[in-house]
Amino acid sequence: MLEAHLYKQLRDFPLDLKIQANPGEILVLMGENGAGKSTVLNMLSGLLNPDTGSIRLNGKPLFESASGVVVPVESRNIGYVLQNSTAFPHLSVSENVAYGMKARHIHKDRIAQQIDHWMELMDIKNLADVKAGKLSGGQKQRVAIARALAIGPELMMLDEPFTALDTESRQSVQDAICTCVSDLQIPCLVVTHRVLDARDIGDRVILLNRGVSCWEGLPSDMPDAGIQSPS
Amino acid sequence: MTFSFPEPDNYRRTLTTIGAIVLIASVTLYLALPVVALFFRTTPELFISSLCDPAVTSALWLSLSTSVISLGIVILVGTPFAYVHSRNTYPGKIIVDTLIDLPLVLPPAVAGMALLVLYGRVGLVGRYLDMFGITLAFTTLAVIMAQIFVASPFYLRQAKSLFEQLDPSYEKTARTLGASPLRIFITITLPLTAGGLVSGAVMTFGRALGEFGATIMFAGNLPGVTQTMPLSVYVGMQGNFNIGLTISILLVIISFTIMIAVRFLAGREGRHA
Repeated sequence: MLEAHLYKQLRDFPLDLKIQANPGEILVLMGENGAGKSTVLNMLSGLLNPDTGSIRLNGKPLFESASGVVVPVESRNIGYVLQNSTAFPHLSVSENVAYGMKARHIHKDRIAQQIDHWMELMDIKNLADVKAGKLSGGQKQRVAIARALAIGPELMMLDEPFTALDTESRQSVQDAICTCVSDLQIPCLVVTHRVLDARDIGDRVILLNRGVSCWEGLPSDMPDAGIQSPS
Repeated sequence: MTFSFPEPDNYRRTLTTIGAIVLIASVTLYLALPVVALFFRTTPELFISSLCDPAVTSALWLSLSTSVISLGIVILVGTPFAYVHSRNTYPGKIIVDTLIDLPLVLPPAVAGMALLVLYGRVGLVGRYLDMFGITLAFTTLAVIMAQIFVASPFYLRQAKSLFEQLDPSYEKTARTLGASPLRIFITITLPLTAGGLVSGAVMTFGRALGEFGATIMFAGNLPGVTQTMPLSVYVGMQGNFNIGLTISILLVIISFTIMIAVRFLAGREGRHA
């Protein structure tokens, strides 16, 4: 379970948000550009530190301003797919998927098993030896998601993961994410600006406006006003 | 028989085409003719026999070995320097940036004089080194120091710019996957900038190989010790012209090969991006 209270003074407004996400739950963060959605993910991952607040994942503190606890990014065990596809272009698909496991010094037999498993799940096994730089936007996104899942994260975060995907790919990636989150029983945060994606994938939605939550509830109850229409 | 003037549009187009051809031809010829003239001034037999002259082999060996060492030092020190410099903001960064570029516009003779004033036997630092029996000026080490001073900006500028332009999301992603800063540098940053770094290294090697002014001021012109290929060309002008000519042709061939290599690498980098 993820429990966080984040406060950070941004350039134009303070970001002040309380988040709780349960195991197996997909929490969608929505809001206009510049509302602070990506900043929230960056703070949870440790790429950015809040000014004050706390982040606890499965009871373990990752950040606590009061006690000065700051767990570095490398040790947080969070699968984070950043905005824009970030499959390493000079590595093959299988090398991409293996990257995090190698960095964590996992045994090579186990790595080989995991690569197979995640490539199959994300439907990229036939591309195993292709350099990621030669893939389409959708394929790169699948590689990035497989690579993040392969480290066995305790929390999964995806920033605009469906932007580069066509309708068919979008549906299959959404299905794969839902299956993984449900199977692994980990909380998952998804940032998107598309109402349809939020309704398709989300268990719960938080609408952000200038750094604060202005609405929280079920995707089916989500108000249409103030949210960009689906693109 | 009737005669008609060309249409104004055709007339203008013809004039433009002729003007463009004359412009391109004159610039190309101005640059190419002196280089081509070198090859016409000798014969293959004379060139090959001069190649075996000890003065040529000595200068060739000295130039290649010192340039390789200079390049190695520039890469080993310059790569981490450029990375740290490009990824951090610190007071006086703009001054460091200017100092990196300074040797590019500084006359090489002035660079040599500056090195001599600092490291010469009575120089600011050199006098203290001399007390310990360490002499830098007029040694092979001085050749390397002069080459590094003059040629390193070619690599540093390139590396700095590559590290600044690299999409930071690759490194951020690698961090979230658990990679250490060193692993990220070796497995992500270096491979993604390798083409540009090699092209910067090739330019640095070429500049070090052609270095003359700073070398003659700081290292002197001692055959077998500090007399590099450009210095041998200068000496050949006053003595054995054929040797000077042979070394000049060698330098042209090496420089041309370097430029082709840089173009090839730059093209590959462009396709990769």
